Amino acid sequence: MIYLDANATEPLRPDARAAMLEAADLGGNPASVHAAGRAARRVLEDAREALGRRFGARPSDIVFTSGATEAACHAIATLGRNRRIIVGATEHDAVRAAAPGAAILPVDRAGRADLDALARLLVGPPALVCLMAANNETGVLHDIAAASLLCHENGALLFVDAAQAAGRIAIDFAESGAHAMALSSHKLGGPPGAGALLLASQCATVAPLIAGGGQERGRRGGTPALPAIAGFAAAAERPSPAARLAGWRDRAERQAVAAGAVVIGAEATRLPNTTCIALLGIPAEIQVIALDLAGIAVSAGAACSSGKVARSHVLDAMGLGPAADAAIRVSLPWNAQESDIAAFADAYGAMASRLRARRAA
Amino acid sequence: MHSLPNRPIYLDNQATTPCDPRVLAAMLPWFTEHFGNPHSAEHVMGRQAEDAVEAAREEVGALIGAESREIVFTSGATESNNIAIKGAARFARSAGTLSRRRVITIATEHKCALEAVRSLAEDGFEPVELPVSRSGLLDLDLIGAALREPTLLVSVMTGNNEIGVIQDIAAIATAARAAGALFHTDAAQAVGKIPIDVQALGVDLLSISGHKLYGPKGVGALYVRRRPRVRLTPLFSGGGQERGLRSGTLPAPLVIGFGVACRLAGAEMAGDAACIGGLRDLMLARLRAAIPDLVLNGDPDVRLAGNLNLTFPHVLAAELMAAVPDVCLSTGSACSSAEIEPSYVLRALGLTPAEAARTLRIGIGRFTSRADIEAAADAIAVAYASLAASRPIPARSAVGA
Repeated sequence: MIYLDANATEPLRPDARAAMLEAADLGGNPASVHAAGRAARRVLEDAREALGRRFGARPSDIVFTSGATEAACHAIATLGRNRRIIVGATEHDAVRAAAPGAAILPVDRAGRADLDALARLLVGPPALVCLMAANNETGVLHDIAAASLLCHENGALLFVDAAQAAGRIAIDFAESGAHAMALSSHKLGGPPGAGALLLASQCATVAPLIAGGGQERGRRGGTPALPAIAGFAAAAERPSPAARLAGWRDRAERQAVAAGAVVIGAEATRLPNTTCIALLGIPAEIQVIALDLAGIAVSAGAACSSGKVARSHVLDAMGLGPAADAAIRVSLPWNAQESDIAAFADAYGAMASRLRARRAA
Repeated sequence: MHSLPNRPIYLDNQATTPCDPRVLAAMLPWFTEHFGNPHSAEHVMGRQAEDAVEAAREEVGALIGAESREIVFTSGATESNNIAIKGAARFARSAGTLSRRRVITIATEHKCALEAVRSLAEDGFEPVELPVSRSGLLDLDLIGAALREPTLLVSVMTGNNEIGVIQDIAAIATAARAAGALFHTDAAQAVGKIPIDVQALGVDLLSISGHKLYGPKGVGALYVRRRPRVRLTPLFSGGGQERGLRSGTLPAPLVIGFGVACRLAGAEMAGDAACIGGLRDLMLARLRAAIPDLVLNGDPDVRLAGNLNLTFPHVLAAELMAAVPDVCLSTGSACSSAEIEPSYVLRALGLTPAEAARTLRIGIGRFTSRADIEAAADAIAVAYASLAASRPIPARSAVGA
């Protein structure tokens, strides 16, 4: 099986595995004051500092969560209180569900947030803007710096879902000017079950979403998922494989285009590991099944809504019409091999000619 | 005196338990070679992870007599308690059925359950915290009286994390349901330690923690009864996983480890409890022989096998702990162990702040050996004697105050 579905989950990095095993050996609860507890506490705080260094956040303003969904919901529930909420049209379901009545910020055909529309939407009472750094289905990046500037000019808060971007492109939370940012461990090669909410110092004293024993400075109850958090930090410290992956992604894309594919979001700056390619007229589901049978794991969109293949709201928002039903996501993991690209290109080419021939017949 | 081993003796198994090596071994392949996202139904790696997650759901359900589809995976018991308590209240409010405004709990609940119940006052509910007796048990007449007001939810923990007492859940649940209220129990300390059957007990909602039963940290579950169906509003939404009750990618390796931990607990519970209970009795007998005025808090019989909560005469718990740095003990709940406030659980039993400050929790678990207990008991007794001898005489006259 050739795994090209990294945006669903990245394979675990060996450093993360080692850090987890080491932390699992400690056993203690990081809130306990005895020797085992203090050792666990040290691992927890080291992880917090490592993430702070890597992503430009103050360690004391990092709240560990169970993952990016919890972090996003927490940010929106607390920062969005008494504010209008503006949500990018292509945001992850976790963000859209957390702000059901939100104003929608449209995107252009390449999937980039329409900043003129943002400026117009920001006129009025104080707002919270939710914009992802990189899209999970297309890899398209928003211009967070420009959006942040607009937010600051208009007294708005900015929440950035960086689950897909962190570990793949440079992220500096402080420099971005965002007020909150969500990170996911398993999207950057750490284990699942951990995530983080980064907070700007003026927003750092948020009410908990999960109330409890006062952990995380009263901002998140529950015993921290220690081995997972140690693995998260270790994975985050690894350098990004971006340069290598971008070249291979481009090659895979060229070969798919030669086989008849259309690249979604090609005009935009994108994550180096992601391509979203459509074969017009062939349902995405059929393409994914064909590739699965050929031993290649890709997806037709987000992994969350298990089983049901719903039309992608991301591609709809980009105004792609029929292409929205015919696009698959190919996302290279950190440990992709050059041979994976050749295998993918062969399987894709064979699938495209077979399915198109059948359709023509 | 027994010499201490080269690593600390871990006697804080109510704070967290070490992950069983069999659990760790079962989890590891799911971190590495089988790392697929269990929600990626489109390819074989996702489906493998999904199948393993569903097998784990069966194991968790089987341990408490539940169907697998009644098990919702969460990040831990704190989250489970929050979903159960706030979710039941928010659903009632959204359904417009606010005729039942009362939410009843007890003074010795875990802090996260107390905070969740108290927070409901903002939403128009009436939180009620019932006192417990000196033994730590809830008087059933009190719950009966409290239920005369229309009540939405009763939340009473099964086993207490500080004093180990086990409430009469079957009787409390029966009373709650007879009054038309939902019944939730935080069973984080009890599941895997004592037999629990949600049908026999008649509970509607039950919280479980992975790391309290030798599973991994970062995973837990909420049992949500299906017949009659208990309706909850999720704490947060998103991708709609766990039938919409709990969004977010399931941490497949942690869930699978949790399932194995539940299977092991089911198979080994009786043996573990007998062994741990024997060690507990040995510890208590040794300490009592050295310290005759030692007081055991909480009912001596209706309690978790692995817990001792002891008030020492004369000597502060913090000093005693500092004097035995190679034994991991605690003064109470791990969450608040850095706090200087006396334990609200001990205060609820009627202990004075001075008595609470002289109280230690000893938590014995599956991996505690007889040698550990002997060495720790001797170390505590020696440290106690030395600290007590250095007390000025007037302090001794304050014993029992």
